[in-house]
Amino acid sequence: MNILQQLEREEADRLGALRGTPDFQAGDTVRVNVRIKEGERERVQAYEGVVIARAGHGVQENFTVRKISFGEGVERVFPVLSPMIESIEVKRRGVVRRAKLYYLRERRGKSARIAERQMGRAAKDESNAPSDNAQE
Amino acid sequence: MRTGVIAKKLGMTRFFDASGQHVPVTVLSLDGCQVTAQRTAERDGYVALQLGAGPKKAKNTSQAMRGHFAKALVEPKRVLQEFRVDPANLIEVGAEITADHYVEGQHVDIQGQTIGKGFQGAMKRWNFGGLRATHGVSVSHRSHGSTGQRQDPGKVFKGKKMAGHLGQETITTQNLQIVRVDVERGLIIVKGAVPGSEGSYVRIRDSLKKKAPEVVPTPGAFRAAGSSAPTQTEDAPSVEAEATGLGLGADEAPDAAADTSTGEQQ
Repeated sequence: MNILQQLEREEADRLGALRGTPDFQAGDTVRVNVRIKEGERERVQAYEGVVIARAGHGVQENFTVRKISFGEGVERVFPVLSPMIESIEVKRRGVVRRAKLYYLRERRGKSARIAERQMGRAAKDESNAPSDNAQE
Repeated sequence: MRTGVIAKKLGMTRFFDASGQHVPVTVLSLDGCQVTAQRTAERDGYVALQLGAGPKKAKNTSQAMRGHFAKALVEPKRVLQEFRVDPANLIEVGAEITADHYVEGQHVDIQGQTIGKGFQGAMKRWNFGGLRATHGVSVSHRSHGSTGQRQDPGKVFKGKKMAGHLGQETITTQNLQIVRVDVERGLIIVKGAVPGSEGSYVRIRDSLKKKAPEVVPTPGAFRAAGSSAPTQTEDAPSVEAEATGLGLGADEAPDAAADTSTGEQQ
């Protein structure tokens, strides 16, 4: 492992320890609680939508969340380990057959739906555990 | 004026600062940066330090250079560079510069050779706009257009921006901020991009335009020849040192009990 990779690993470990990150993938619906600074005050704003991509790895990893806001499609890219994210909640898990859901950009309404992934009881408890940690 | 250092560019990555903002950084490694010779006013007519960095095999080093390195009692170095310094800031031969030569938040200028781009057109080399895509333009969409006037002056002025060789020139990027220093691994991490490809050697100097903070070690932070423990002429640079407002001239330091190394180096 070269020094650059070492530094990235250390940075990722440091950021990873700040808050838990739940297990989620493309097709899942997530609620991202983002810290927003308004002058001196800081508040948390929620951004909820479908994850359409995850890219990169380690400290560089990011994910794209798409939602329809007032009839207009909006996409935001967040670094997975960003300290600006207070927490990530997985609202719904979807069945998709590819890693990047860019085809959703051309679709609206009924055709843009994603079927819900049915999970066993054990798997459900397990997957929810990390997000619960994040909220504490 | 303090000495600069030679460092190897390892590459870029990203960090997140205290407020959560992402900071693009370049990682530079000191790679065994040692003093190999001193230039003095009496002998050479100017005052400077010759620094060497990077390992080089002895078998690939010429006999003459082997003699030069043997005299300084250092391993053969890949890169040799001179840094002009004030006479008071000379460092003994054989000393290895450590990363805490610079302090976090300080600004530096970094000089390196940019990546060669070969022969490039006026659009890439000088940001010309090129010609139009339609309206009768044929073949020359990326050309530079006219290069002058008519019979008077009847020539193309010297220095006219045209196509030609781009890159592979020495460039200094000014006012780069030090984000972090790592003494153990010999790393200096600066905010922003540094000229040159990964693996190339660059020169780091204190910023010309932004005054260095009071706490920077003068004449420098280094391990004396033959010792593995870091010996500094000053207290470790820290915010506390700045707050106490200690006089940081090398001559005033001996009253600090911990600073036994100062006397040896003078």
